[in-house]
Amino acid sequence: MTDGLLRLLRFFRGYRAEAVLAPSFKIIEAIFELLLPLVVARIIDVGIPSGDRGYIAGMCGIMVLFGALGLMSTLTAQYFSAKGAVGFASAVRQGLFDHIQSLSFAELDRLGGSTLITRMTNDINQVQSGVNLTLRLLMRSPVIVFGAMIMAFTIDPGEALIFVGVIPALSLVVFGIMIASIYLFKRVQKSLDTVLLKTRENLVGARVIRAFCMEKSEVEEFTEKNDLLSKTQKFAGMISSVMNPLTYFMVNIGIIFLIYTGALKVESGVLTQGLVIALYNYMSQILVELVKLANFIISLTKCIASGNRIEEVFRVSSSMEYGRKSEGLSQEYAVELEGVGFSYQGASSHAIEKINLSIKPGESLGIIGPTGCGKSTLISLIPRFYDATEGVVRLYGRDVREYTKDALSSYVAVVMQKAELFKGSIRDNVALGAEGVSDSELESAIESAQAGELLREHPEGLDYMIEQGGRNLSGGQRQRLGIARALARRPRILILDDSASALDYATEASLRRSLGSLDYSPVIITVSQRVASVMHCDRILVLEDGQAVGLGGHEELLASCEDYRELYESQIRSSGGARG
Amino acid sequence: MNAVKKLLRYLRGYRAVMLLSMLLAAGSVLLTLYVPIIFGDAIDLIIDRGNVDIKGVVSLLARAGIVAAAASLMQWLMNIINNRIAFETVRDLRDTAFKRISRLPLSFIDSHSHGDLVSRVIADVDQLSEGLLLGFTHFFTGIVTIAATLCFMLTISWPITIIAVVLTPLSLFVARFVSKSTYELFRGQSRIRGEQTSLIDEMIGSQKLVNAYNYTKKSHDRFSEINQRLTGISVKAIFLSSLVNPTARFVNAIVYAAVGLAGALCVIPNASGEALLTVGGLTCLLSYANQYTKPFNEISGVVTELQNAIACAERIFELIEAEPESSDEGLKRLEGVKGNVSLDSVSFSYSPERPLIEGLCLSAKPGQRIAIVGPTGCGKTTLINLLMRFYDVTGGAVRVEGNDIRELTRHSLREGYGMVLQETWLKSGTIAQNIRMGRQDATDDEIIAAAKAAHAHSFIKRLPNGYDTVIGEDGGSLSAGQKQLLCITRVMLKRPPMLILDEATSSIDTRTEIRVQRAFEKLMEGKTSFIVAHRLSTIMSADLILVMKDGHIIEQGTHDELLERKGFYSTLYNSQFAH
Repeated sequence: MTDGLLRLLRFFRGYRAEAVLAPSFKIIEAIFELLLPLVVARIIDVGIPSGDRGYIAGMCGIMVLFGALGLMSTLTAQYFSAKGAVGFASAVRQGLFDHIQSLSFAELDRLGGSTLITRMTNDINQVQSGVNLTLRLLMRSPVIVFGAMIMAFTIDPGEALIFVGVIPALSLVVFGIMIASIYLFKRVQKSLDTVLLKTRENLVGARVIRAFCMEKSEVEEFTEKNDLLSKTQKFAGMISSVMNPLTYFMVNIGIIFLIYTGALKVESGVLTQGLVIALYNYMSQILVELVKLANFIISLTKCIASGNRIEEVFRVSSSMEYGRKSEGLSQEYAVELEGVGFSYQGASSHAIEKINLSIKPGESLGIIGPTGCGKSTLISLIPRFYDATEGVVRLYGRDVREYTKDALSSYVAVVMQKAELFKGSIRDNVALGAEGVSDSELESAIESAQAGELLREHPEGLDYMIEQGGRNLSGGQRQRLGIARALARRPRILILDDSASALDYATEASLRRSLGSLDYSPVIITVSQRVASVMHCDRILVLEDGQAVGLGGHEELLASCEDYRELYESQIRSSGGARG
Repeated sequence: MNAVKKLLRYLRGYRAVMLLSMLLAAGSVLLTLYVPIIFGDAIDLIIDRGNVDIKGVVSLLARAGIVAAAASLMQWLMNIINNRIAFETVRDLRDTAFKRISRLPLSFIDSHSHGDLVSRVIADVDQLSEGLLLGFTHFFTGIVTIAATLCFMLTISWPITIIAVVLTPLSLFVARFVSKSTYELFRGQSRIRGEQTSLIDEMIGSQKLVNAYNYTKKSHDRFSEINQRLTGISVKAIFLSSLVNPTARFVNAIVYAAVGLAGALCVIPNASGEALLTVGGLTCLLSYANQYTKPFNEISGVVTELQNAIACAERIFELIEAEPESSDEGLKRLEGVKGNVSLDSVSFSYSPERPLIEGLCLSAKPGQRIAIVGPTGCGKTTLINLLMRFYDVTGGAVRVEGNDIRELTRHSLREGYGMVLQETWLKSGTIAQNIRMGRQDATDDEIIAAAKAAHAHSFIKRLPNGYDTVIGEDGGSLSAGQKQLLCITRVMLKRPPMLILDEATSSIDTRTEIRVQRAFEKLMEGKTSFIVAHRLSTIMSADLILVMKDGHIIEQGTHDELLERKGFYSTLYNSQFAH
């Protein structure tokens, strides 16, 4: 179960010295602590009977000295452990970030954004504090516990046997209760999750719940779940709160035995009063340390769980290997799809099937069909976001799998449905990833995307700052900047995936004209649910349930393709509701 | 502090138990402190070879055993009681909060982030229970421990007690100093962490874009820069904050040595041959000195925890005390609904500065079909909000069968409507439970019949457990279209006299849509229906078309009337031919 965390330890490279030094200094600290009871014993056995005040003062001086030396070694240890743990965690964080960036779309789909973000933040923080604690306590606690026992042996092997009995018994109780608590708290967490779900559900579904007059039964369901939670919590609390009283009792029983047998041995002259007191002190030290150890192990289990979750992401490797070619083979067709099919991982049916399509350079193609018919899937095969599960996709005569990643991303620019903008200037957002583009080129890309008004409205021009997610822009402005971003790269193939849906008809029309007159005349592929957005394309591909049901010009399809005609009639002729 | 008072009100029922808990705490502390004294006495009986009072030792040890057992038992009982008080209080709080949520006006729910409300009910309450528990367990015990330790020490030797008392504040002082200087560092750390999280959020949230546009190198650099800054400040913050314990321990060691020195000197008999302290007394003092400072640290920890808990309690009470909807009590039930709905110069706005609907009049007769048309965000949802009385009109009145709906109970009004919204909502539970929301007492056969009518039966049948398949949060693995079919099934089961369909078939594929539409036609026969639609056929056959724009109803009439008027509707209708 510690497998994942152990594998993460490779990130400790560069912090090996810290990883050794921190626990070592902790051990030194522990040794000073262990010597303390012996000093006290000397005071009682030597100093007091002889009435030597100087000796007593000297011994107390030694105690302070031990304390100071202990403090210094602790501080050194804390410094090394903080440095080691933080350094390790930040190496993991950078490594994980880079790893996630290297993943292909298929893996990103599977992992999901929100889990990745939790792993990058919460889980890594958890590991950091876990490692920090480990460096500090892993060696210290056992040294104190077993050290106390060994010291007892040096004082009197017979008395030490009491330690040999008490330590395992205490450990059994401490760790037994701890394991039970971990299990019980997991159940509490699960129960809490159901309460959380119910709460969220009732907020999101407030309208429906009220429309169906379900308020009362929902409250009843909640009360029931909340009751269960409370019961689980109380039970878990009861078990875990046995720990302190029980261990306290056991240690005192140990001390009672110690004093009793010690008394017998003092009577027969084997032991001295001071040594009995020393043994008593050692027993007390053990208890304090075992409780610390138990708490430490609880945080360690959290750390291990987080470590495993992080390692899980590292273990997902990109399923895509890129080729080495950057040039195409022929200029006849820009894009060719030959018998292409695709199904998402874990899905039983095809998202698209048996698609054949060839697009000449400079041609414009529309793709239309209802939601979920496979339009977006189809176009994401062209820049090789995904690999086709059947058939071949070619760009300029060459299989996409033979191109380098750079070549693919410079050939094809996809403007996605949801224009994602980052916090930063317009320049940063539009230039995104395109190296060495001049301001005038950026401006002309923005003009072509019909977003020029944005530059004119704001005196800062390209330096105008966009907030996270583009909150200070309208939906249409965001989409046009998304298009400008693609144009800034002067792609040979431009794909617009429903990326003009927030534009009004007039703007969309002028966008269409300006894209049509670009001097490098790219292939333009427009994906839409709206007939009006694709009817002007040279050819239109009609998709229905992942299959091509028509391909041709607008008039041709109206005459020959029933699905297209149906779409056309339900939209164009009912314009009133078409955008509702 | 207000929150504390309110919290105390919730705790009022536990007054007796709380008193018991305090008594147990005091008892267990006193007994715990008594144990070292007994051991000290026992050690005093073990002086030297041949000078040991075994009998005395045994009887003292037996007493120690009993006292220790009693102390443990009392501590455990106290823990159980504290658990009960804390967990039951938060259970009551959660119940109250949830009940309040079910009675909050929708305007409240719409205007607050759901995540924030959920975290009040879950995370804040949790934090509060933690705080209560720690408060009960450590606060009182800590104070008793300090007071009692001092008393016990005083009975043994007052000069040594004074030494301990004078020296201990040193450790508190050090702790204060350290935590003050770490505060800034921790703030800096969380600021950089926040910066990093928002970059992670942006980059990983848009990972596909970053990939597609080859932005990885640049984002690596940005991340790495923040990461290095974070590393620098974290090392400092963690190191500094970890100084508290060792320095406190060092101060403790000094106290220990001082007590040891003074104590040992007192044990040595003075000139007149009498000793101020016994060896046993010294051991006892040393063991006290060892644990004397612990409660101080605990209490200061508990104080922060309590402050935190009170902040959380405030957030919870804010929710619990939010103004609920006006009560339904004393209102009459709507009965015998035929479907006469009228809007009487209704005006409405979400905020007074921005009037939305003004002077809207409309009258729908039983069996009529009203289509609502207009671009996204034009206020169609608002109209539904008013009809269902999710919101109250700000002027005029909505009437059903001649009754102002504000004079009817909400349940009786809503029972008259069947509603399918574009945004589907399913509760976690089985398919059957979800459908049954339409009518609680429906039989299984009726459910299946409704599912067949909504064309949902065939996909439900194919699910692993059919109608008993449990679906997770928000429909879990069902597709958007399947979820919508389930919502339609609910209404098919309910068969209400009035219908509200808001783009009810938007996620369904074209073929099924046509079939579902046919089923709706049948359902709508003789019923009053309000439909937000995009299909030409639905709109054209409506008895009345409402054309909405920017929150206003700008035109109303039948399809032909509106075309003739050559207004917004006819522009919308004709616009696409212009291209």
